[in-house]
Amino acid sequence: MATATTPRTTSAPATTSTQRGVGEFLLDQRAFVALIVLIIIFSLMSDAFLTPTNLVTMTKHVAYNAILAMGMLLVIVSGGIDLSIGSTVGLSGIVAGVMLQGWELSIFDTTAYPAVWVVVLVALTVGGIVGLINGVLITRFNVAPFIATLGTLYVARGAALLISNGSTFPRLQGDPALGNTGFSFLGTGRPLGVPTAIWIMILFAIVIAVLVTRTPFGRWLYATGGNERAAQLGGVPVRSVKTRVYVISGICAGMAGLIIASELTSAAPQTGQTFELNAIAAVVIGGASLSGGRGTVKGALIGAFVIGFLSDGLVLVGVSSFWQTVIKGLVIVLAVMLDQGQERLKKARAAALAAQNVRRDLATQTPGPSR
Amino acid sequence: MSAAPAVDTDVVMRATGITKVYGGTHALRGVDFDVRRGHVTALIGENGAGKSTLMKIFAGVETPTTGTIELDGQPVTFRSPTEAVDHGVAIIHQELNLCPNLSIADNIFIGRERKRGAFVDFSAQREAAASLLAHLEEPIDPTTLVGNLRLGQQQVVEIARALSEDTRVLIMDEPTSALSATEVRVLFRVIRELTARGVSIIYISHHLDECLEIADRAVILRDGNVVAEAPMSEVDLGWIVTQMVGREESALYAPMAHDPGKPLLEISDLIVADPDNPERLAVKSVSVTVHAGEVVGLYGLMGAGRTELLEAVAGRNPVHGGRVVLDGRDLTHASIPERIGAGLVLVPEDRQRDGLVPSLSVGRNMGLAAVRRFVSGAFVKRREERKAVDETSDQVRVKGSGQDAPIGSLSGGNQQKVVVGRALLTRPRVLVLDEPTRGIDVGAKADIFALMAAEARTGAGVLFATSEVSEVLHASDRIIVLARGQVAAEFDPRRTSREQLMAASDVSSAAPTSDEDD
Repeated sequence: MATATTPRTTSAPATTSTQRGVGEFLLDQRAFVALIVLIIIFSLMSDAFLTPTNLVTMTKHVAYNAILAMGMLLVIVSGGIDLSIGSTVGLSGIVAGVMLQGWELSIFDTTAYPAVWVVVLVALTVGGIVGLINGVLITRFNVAPFIATLGTLYVARGAALLISNGSTFPRLQGDPALGNTGFSFLGTGRPLGVPTAIWIMILFAIVIAVLVTRTPFGRWLYATGGNERAAQLGGVPVRSVKTRVYVISGICAGMAGLIIASELTSAAPQTGQTFELNAIAAVVIGGASLSGGRGTVKGALIGAFVIGFLSDGLVLVGVSSFWQTVIKGLVIVLAVMLDQGQERLKKARAAALAAQNVRRDLATQTPGPSR
Repeated sequence: MSAAPAVDTDVVMRATGITKVYGGTHALRGVDFDVRRGHVTALIGENGAGKSTLMKIFAGVETPTTGTIELDGQPVTFRSPTEAVDHGVAIIHQELNLCPNLSIADNIFIGRERKRGAFVDFSAQREAAASLLAHLEEPIDPTTLVGNLRLGQQQVVEIARALSEDTRVLIMDEPTSALSATEVRVLFRVIRELTARGVSIIYISHHLDECLEIADRAVILRDGNVVAEAPMSEVDLGWIVTQMVGREESALYAPMAHDPGKPLLEISDLIVADPDNPERLAVKSVSVTVHAGEVVGLYGLMGAGRTELLEAVAGRNPVHGGRVVLDGRDLTHASIPERIGAGLVLVPEDRQRDGLVPSLSVGRNMGLAAVRRFVSGAFVKRREERKAVDETSDQVRVKGSGQDAPIGSLSGGNQQKVVVGRALLTRPRVLVLDEPTRGIDVGAKADIFALMAAEARTGAGVLFATSEVSEVLHASDRIIVLARGQVAAEFDPRRTSREQLMAASDVSSAAPTSDEDD
């Protein structure tokens, strides 16, 4: 009979970072690599691609998608999904449009022309309220996130159509006589030579990055998405964390709606259709896991850039819009395939390492009793 | 390790050099194991010794990392449970693998439905299920939904499912954990009928007296190794326990004998519904008091209501009656964060499901419950948090590559220490632990008990639940036995025997059967 001494887990396995090849580093940073590859390919195909003007233009296009993606990131890290943001973009634009065109207050028999900062605040609040409704449905009424936000997708779009009666609000530049000018600054202003939309994107990125890395909310967010039951038992206010995530996502959507309305100086109720899918794609390309608990602001940003540069680059080199759609779809699926491959690689490596430790333990055990 | 490698026609199934690795955990380290025709082999070992893992490999649920399995001398690889069943190897799982939304008959034939043409032959299935149940002396209507059965009856369904297959090797992993004494007798009768027909049984049970009674041979597993095997007729309980633990049993445990102070946690007349089956009460009016500086052990069989009680105390399950008071403060309906703030924290039973966040690092896992301690303004004071986590890691003796390592890189025992460390970081006044040694190695076990004793010495109260008699006897100052959701007895561990405890926990042998349907 073998009577080996109980082998206590001896030395810790050698740190995984010791032997990481270049290939694995590239796989790890694949979203960034993809972005570089895109830039190289398009700049080879078109001289116009890698010019400062074009880069700024493309980044401006990326901006609102990136803002949406960052809101979506929080939702996805929490383990949820937010399908309503595209509709919220439309609703927020329409709300801004109504107020800038003159808000008819029939009770007072007057028309109000609120200042632009009031308009911005109200539109963002509307986005936040849509998010709050999502959060309440999900956390208090146990509606699955997919269903709850699918519901608000329809309701918010319907609300935008009802408010505008289906028509577009044009000419939102305001009237100096009414003191409500300046709305177009959001979409067309260029402080320090950089479009306002890009500044807003940077601001949102900093705030959200600080939120997820430095605050208790960030800790709780990743714990909730990683294992909700464990988070709950660890005293994490899971319901409040989830609710806040949808509110933030709604506010991001409101901001995106404002930027678009300002850029076009008009608001259409159809704006923002399928934007939620672009945001989800960006988050996923950025390495977040749809099952929650994993994802970074940096990743979501890069993901948004990949999608934006891909779309604009394909236009620039003259690929038909039909093919653009196909290519976009392929890129998204490829991103997830790589993600899964990397996960498998990590697991296989961990198992191999552990098996190696076992064999070593066994080898040291068999030759006679230890001291 | 293998003795006399002669060709042994008596061996139906043979495993050689089996290792199994989960993440960073070595569940099995080169196991050799023979199954003999028409014999009952008892596979004995503590929690985490690797019994269930080995059996899952036999049944095709898991594949071994290395090693081979032979069936009648032919090497086989089971890639799925279905393949194992096709080879005549079936398993009755420890965790019941039944679909509560389906009927008994549907559950018994799931995956290999009796068919007539392209359609399921429901009437044939019902008849076959009824006769199986009758044979097991459990005459329940086979159309009853499994979710409406009590745990013991569900286990009988699980047994019936294994019997319905044409089995040569039948693995029973804790088949009696929820059975009453009469049901165990029926099971033993069925086992003898099976072995007489040449079926080989691998029997796993915590109840060593059951193993002594039914098995022909004992194989002892410890920390993923086979450490001893012998014919059952040549061994006794003492030998088994010594082989299982691998050292003098008392060396595992820290010395107890604390001076209980004032009452800290007072649980009175607590009533909790079974979360999976709300019509049933899991805890029926239980009162327990934990004093400062005291370790209270809660002993009971599976289904006794231990977990439900502790989860209700920790705020996970709603309470339907009674009170939970911590040092004069009523926490009966407090939220979990409020309870943690007040100093009441639970180390959950199921580490993977309720304890760990797999996507987070070791440090983030450990700091999870104590984030509020390190908040200044809107931000987390990360340096202080790191320092506290490092200190607690040392205190609970986590062995690993630091707090930034992924939690999956730790062994089961070290993962458990992280979960215990998380609770300690909240500075608890009463530490509640549910099966704190489940699935961890002997060394980690000793560390956990030492931590519990140390907490009590600093004046905290400790309440822990276990299904291991030796643990509750050696690691508590006071023992409370739960059976069927009620306090069945209270013991002083210094004046109590294993037999007394087991008898008190097995309420079904004494209570009238009318008590069973609730």
